[in-house]
Amino acid sequence: MKKLNKSLSVLLMVSLLFIAACSNNNEKASNGGDNSSKGGKESIYFLNFKPEIAEVYKQIAKDYEAETGVEVKVVTAAAGSYETTLKSEIAKSEAPTIFQINGPIGYNAWKDYTLDLKDTKLYSYLSDQSLAVTEGEGVYGIPYVVEGYGIIYNNAIMEKYFALPNRATTVNSMEEVTNFDTLKAVVEDMQANASELGIKGVFASTSLAAGEQWRWQTHLANLPLFYEFNDMGKDNTVVAGLEANEIQFTYGNNFKNIFDLYINNSTVKPTLLGSKSVSDSMAEFALGQAAMVQNGNWAWNQIAEVGGNVVNEEDIKFLPIYTGVEGEEKQGLAIGTENYLAINSKVSEAKQQASIEFLEWLFSSEKGKAYVTNELGFIPPFNTFNENEKPADPLAAQVMEWMNKDTIAVAWTFAAFPSEDFKNEFGDALLEYAQGSKTWEEVSATVVESWKNEKAK
Amino acid sequence: MQKMIKKYFALFALPTLLAFIVAFVVPFVLGVYLSFTEFTTVTDAKWVGLSNYVKAFQDKDFLNALWFTAKFTVVSVISINVLAFLLALLLTKKVLGTNVFRTMFFMPNLIGGIVLGYIWQLIINGVLYKFDVTLTSSASYGFWGLVILMNWQLIGYMMVIYIAGIQNVPKEQLEAAKIDGASNGVILRKIIFPLVMPSVTICLFLTISNSFKLFDQNLALTAGAPSKQTAMLALDIFNTFYSKAGFEGVGQAKAVMFFIMVALIVVIQLSITRRREIES
Repeated sequence: MKKLNKSLSVLLMVSLLFIAACSNNNEKASNGGDNSSKGGKESIYFLNFKPEIAEVYKQIAKDYEAETGVEVKVVTAAAGSYETTLKSEIAKSEAPTIFQINGPIGYNAWKDYTLDLKDTKLYSYLSDQSLAVTEGEGVYGIPYVVEGYGIIYNNAIMEKYFALPNRATTVNSMEEVTNFDTLKAVVEDMQANASELGIKGVFASTSLAAGEQWRWQTHLANLPLFYEFNDMGKDNTVVAGLEANEIQFTYGNNFKNIFDLYINNSTVKPTLLGSKSVSDSMAEFALGQAAMVQNGNWAWNQIAEVGGNVVNEEDIKFLPIYTGVEGEEKQGLAIGTENYLAINSKVSEAKQQASIEFLEWLFSSEKGKAYVTNELGFIPPFNTFNENEKPADPLAAQVMEWMNKDTIAVAWTFAAFPSEDFKNEFGDALLEYAQGSKTWEEVSATVVESWKNEKAK
Repeated sequence: MQKMIKKYFALFALPTLLAFIVAFVVPFVLGVYLSFTEFTTVTDAKWVGLSNYVKAFQDKDFLNALWFTAKFTVVSVISINVLAFLLALLLTKKVLGTNVFRTMFFMPNLIGGIVLGYIWQLIINGVLYKFDVTLTSSASYGFWGLVILMNWQLIGYMMVIYIAGIQNVPKEQLEAAKIDGASNGVILRKIIFPLVMPSVTICLFLTISNSFKLFDQNLALTAGAPSKQTAMLALDIFNTFYSKAGFEGVGQAKAVMFFIMVALIVVIQLSITRRREIES
C-alpha cells in the first residue's frame, strides 16, 4: 500500500511538472521572439473593428504578404462584440499585434497594452497630431479615419414632396431646412402624405434591439452633451466631458424633440422598435420605404449592398441633426473619429515593428493608399494622401462637402462618455420610453444618475 | 487480481486524472483565484482580497438577476417535469405511433440554444406584432417566452427518461394490483410513482441545473431587455465580465458564488429525492 501511495504521488508530481512545463512554454512563445512563421519573417495579427469592410482587409493582407512576405492575420470581431473579442484574444499566446481603441476611455481600459507611438512615421503622417490619443509625452492611439454622421435623406423623395400640390408647408427645397422647426413641419407633413409619396414612413425604424442602439445612445446622445459641455467654456468638449463627474442633461429636451420626431414619423409603430436592427432600417432606406435615416458615411456599403436598392447615388444627401438649439442654423454634421489604432506593447519587439511597418505601408504606399480610398472608403486624416486621393462614395463626398461649408461641425463628444454601461442604460431607457413604460422625466433621470454612477466607479 | 488492480490503479487512472486536472481542476482553481484579483486579461492579475465580492453584492443587477433566475427555475422545473411525466405516461400506453411521437418530442433537444432562441424570438414577436408589442415591451413577456422555450426544449428529453423509468415497472406488480381491484389513480400513486423515483431524481437534477445555468437561450431571446430586467445570472455574469472595464474580477466573484449556489441547491435536491427512492 505504501508503495502504491509512493508511486501515485510520484506520478502526480510528474503530471504537475508536465503541466507547469506546458504553461512555461506558452509564456515563452508570447514573450520571447517567436520565429515560427516562415522565412524568419514576423507574422502580425490585426483585430479589425469594422465588419462591413472585413473582406477588403483580407485582400489587403494577401497583397501585403505577396509583396513583403509578412503574414498578416486579420480577424474581425462581430458588430458590438469588439471588446469581448479583444479581451479574450489578447490573453492568448498569439495575441493581436494591432488592435483598436475608441478614444481616451478605451485607452484607460487598455493602457497596459498600448505601445508609445511617438517616434513612428505613422504618427508623423497625421495632418493634425492633436487628434491622437495621448498621455503625457506618449502617443498611444492613432486615428485612421475621419467620419461624419447626420440625417441621411433620399433627395428623390424630397423632390416628390416639394412637388406635391396639397402640402401644408411653404418649404421649397432642402436648402431651406436649417433648423428643427422647419424639419419638424416638413417631416410631419410628409408623414401625413406618406401614401402619396410612396413611403411607409419618413424615418427608417429607430432600431432599439439589444446591441443595435448605438445610433441613439451614442451618436444622437452626442448632440445634447456636446452643447452642454460646450457651455462650460473649455476649448474642447471632450476634455470638458472627461472632467465632468456629473451632468445636468440641460439639452435633454432637445434630444426628446428629435427622438420623438424619429419614432412618431416612422415606418413602424414606436412600440415595435424593440425588435428592429440597424440593418433593418438601412434596408428600409435603401428600398425607398423611408426618406430619412440617421447614420454616418460608413453606412454607404450597407445601403449599396441591399438587393433591390432603389436609391440613386446622386440622391443621397446629408442633413445635420437639428434638435432645436438656439443658433443651430450654423450647425454642421457631427465629424470626428472613434477609431484609433494601437500596437500591443506585450508582443515581441520584432512583431511591434512589423505591425507598424504594415500600417505605414497601408497609409503611405501607392498600393496601400489606393485600397484605403477606393475600397475601404476612408477619409484618412493623414498628410500622405493628396487632394485627389479621397473616397468617391456619395456619403463620404457629402461629409467632405459639409466640412468645407461655413458651418460648425459637432465634435464627437461621446469619446468622453464614461462607459459602455452608461450608453446601454441610456439605450434601455430609450426603448422603455418608446414602448411607453417610462416617461421622459425618468429617462432624463436615468441619464444623469447613470453618468454619476459610472464616473464614480 | 485484486492485488493487480491495486498495483496498477494509479497507472490506469492517470490519463483520466490528467485530463480532469487540465480541463477542470486548473481552470477552476485559477477562476477562484481570479475572483480575488483585479485584472484585464487572465494573465496579469493583482490581488485585491474580498472587494470583488463586496461590489458584487452591491450590484442591484446581480440581485435582480438572482431573483429572476429563481422565479424562472421554480416555474420551469415544475412545468417541464409535470408535462414530461404526463407525456411519458401517455406514450407508454398502447397508442398507435408512439415511437414517432417520442422521436418528435425529443427532437427540439437536438437544436442548439442560440438557434432556438432566435427561432422563438421570431415566432413570439410574430404573434405579439398583432397586438403592437414585442418581447421587449415588458419583463413578463420575456419571462414567459423563456419558460415556453425551455419547456419546448427539455420536455422531450425528460420524457425519454421518464419513459425508461415507467417501462421498468414490473408487469407482475401492475397486474396483481389490477386483480386486487386498485383503480388507475391508486396504481399511479402507489406503484408507478415510487418506482420511477430514480428517474425523478435525474430529471429534477437536470432541469434545476439547466434552468439555473441558462445562458444561450436568454442571450438570443431577450438579451436582458428591457433594461436588464430579464437577464438571468449567467448573462449578468457575462455582462459584468465583458462590458464593464475594471469589473472582470467582480464578474469572476459572481461566477464563484453562482457555482456555490448551484452546487448547494443541487446537492440538497439530490439528497432529498434519493431518500425517497426504493428498490423495485
